[in-house]
Amino acid sequence: MNGFSFWTIWLRNGRVWKKHILATLIGNLGQPLLFLLAMGYGLGRDMAAVEGLTYLQFIAPGLVASAVMYSAALETTYGSYTRLTVQKTYEAILMTPLGVLDLVLGEIVWGASKGLLAGVIMLLTLPLFGVVPSPWVIALLPVLFISGMFFAAFGLIMTALAKNYDFFNYFTSLVITPLFLFSGIFFPVETMAQPVKGILAMLPLTPIVSLARILCYGRFGEPVLLKIIGSLLITGGAVWLAGYLLRRRLIQ
Amino acid sequence: MQDFAAQTVVSVTGLSKRFGERLVVDNISFDLQRGQCVGFLGPNGAGKTTCINMLLGLVEKSAGEIRIFDLETPRFHREIKARIGVVPQADSLDPDLSVEENLHTYAGYFRIPRRLARERVEELLHFFALHNRREEIIEHLSGGQRRRLLLARALINEPELLILDEPTIGLDPQARHLIWERLAILQAKGTTMLLTSHYLDEVSRLSQRVLILDHGHVVVQGEPRQLITDLVGLEVFEVDGTPAELDALEASFKQCNARLERVGDKLYVYAREDCSRLAKVMGEAANWVRRPANLEDLFIQLTGRSLREA
Repeated sequence: MNGFSFWTIWLRNGRVWKKHILATLIGNLGQPLLFLLAMGYGLGRDMAAVEGLTYLQFIAPGLVASAVMYSAALETTYGSYTRLTVQKTYEAILMTPLGVLDLVLGEIVWGASKGLLAGVIMLLTLPLFGVVPSPWVIALLPVLFISGMFFAAFGLIMTALAKNYDFFNYFTSLVITPLFLFSGIFFPVETMAQPVKGILAMLPLTPIVSLARILCYGRFGEPVLLKIIGSLLITGGAVWLAGYLLRRRLIQ
Repeated sequence: MQDFAAQTVVSVTGLSKRFGERLVVDNISFDLQRGQCVGFLGPNGAGKTTCINMLLGLVEKSAGEIRIFDLETPRFHREIKARIGVVPQADSLDPDLSVEENLHTYAGYFRIPRRLARERVEELLHFFALHNRREEIIEHLSGGQRRRLLLARALINEPELLILDEPTIGLDPQARHLIWERLAILQAKGTTMLLTSHYLDEVSRLSQRVLILDHGHVVVQGEPRQLITDLVGLEVFEVDGTPAELDALEASFKQCNARLERVGDKLYVYAREDCSRLAKVMGEAANWVRRPANLEDLFIQLTGRSLREA
């Protein structure tokens, strides 16, 4: 009956977002676009091909995945924490028929939607850099959404644990930035020696980056199914944990 | 029996809440009848907000039973909250949204159909004199306008029970009077209310019953006028003077059925009978007033004068 109540929270966030559209888009897309320019165009011109792709082509799909990660995770850390504490939005919502589960789903699906939007805009800008995706790129969209769900849930877990905004510095420095650097966006994980290769393959962004590369160019060399199932499983786990921790924080 | 159930909006039995070692609410019981406004009073930290949050399912109870609209909470919290309106103490309006958008967003949480929501928003904007401010962003509203919008928001689902946590805190007299007037209209329409406030004149004005809470216990509950007469007395003399003057007056007041209290340079006389004849004695004292006993006297008598947050 109330299964889709979380949608009303999504709509609330959308209403607020419409007022700050430009600032949030620039904030979320600035970094991946600049990296694409500096690394792909600047550095990449003098580099040998990687896995049969120019360096710009090699890093572009991974940067799309990273835009999703940044956008989703920032939304459910700084954004959600503001709603939890300063604005008391959650308190106001919990005085209506909505419950903590609606709140958690609303926030995570919202974060994932913003992530997906950032990813789509990145994809649309790729032709400007001479990178033309294959039709398979359509299949990348649900993958990006799942990844958005994972990082939105991860961010919400941090929000449920945070005592102040400074806490999120740990999250960005110790989790998000390392994932950005070591998930195979900038170098092929496959060519690393064990055990480094095994460790990097276990990072949550790694399968998304390689799926992005596979689907962006329609080059099916590696197994796809395992990466998708693995991503779905960790996403489910993260959503559950976010719900558990936020409930513990909100209902005393 | 069925009639009785239909008339009882809130029924709380043996309710307790423990935060770790601290017992914040200790075995309290009370009822709230349809159409009544009950003043829920107590010093800071008495357990009022914890109680309200337990009614809403935002704090888990440690023991006891809560039934609202004859439904058990927190089990049926969705069904119950669909029929409750809450004016929280802290402003929880959406600062980025306009007055109108705040109401529409809240209507969405209650899943009120669009067309009906538009009608109600229109009505509420007029009822709370906010219709000229509909496009305004919350940040640009005055304190009084924000409180009125919080009230309008609480009424979006046409609640049968309205929970008001300090509804006029920090407002100027004009704004308070406007809110009281609107609350009186709602009362006349039969809305049941639970009101917490530190402004006891506000509580006397609006409530038919009061319930005074201290250290997690219900100290007293009943009809306020009756409680004041029974426990405080008919009228109060407040006398200023030097210690010697007050000592002399204290002696003469012993002739009258009254309770005496000395606070610094002040003598309070709570008269349980007509002590007019003593006014003559008082004439000699520097400064005194005579006034009817009120809810504040009752409150101080039952919960003491010491600060709770010292």
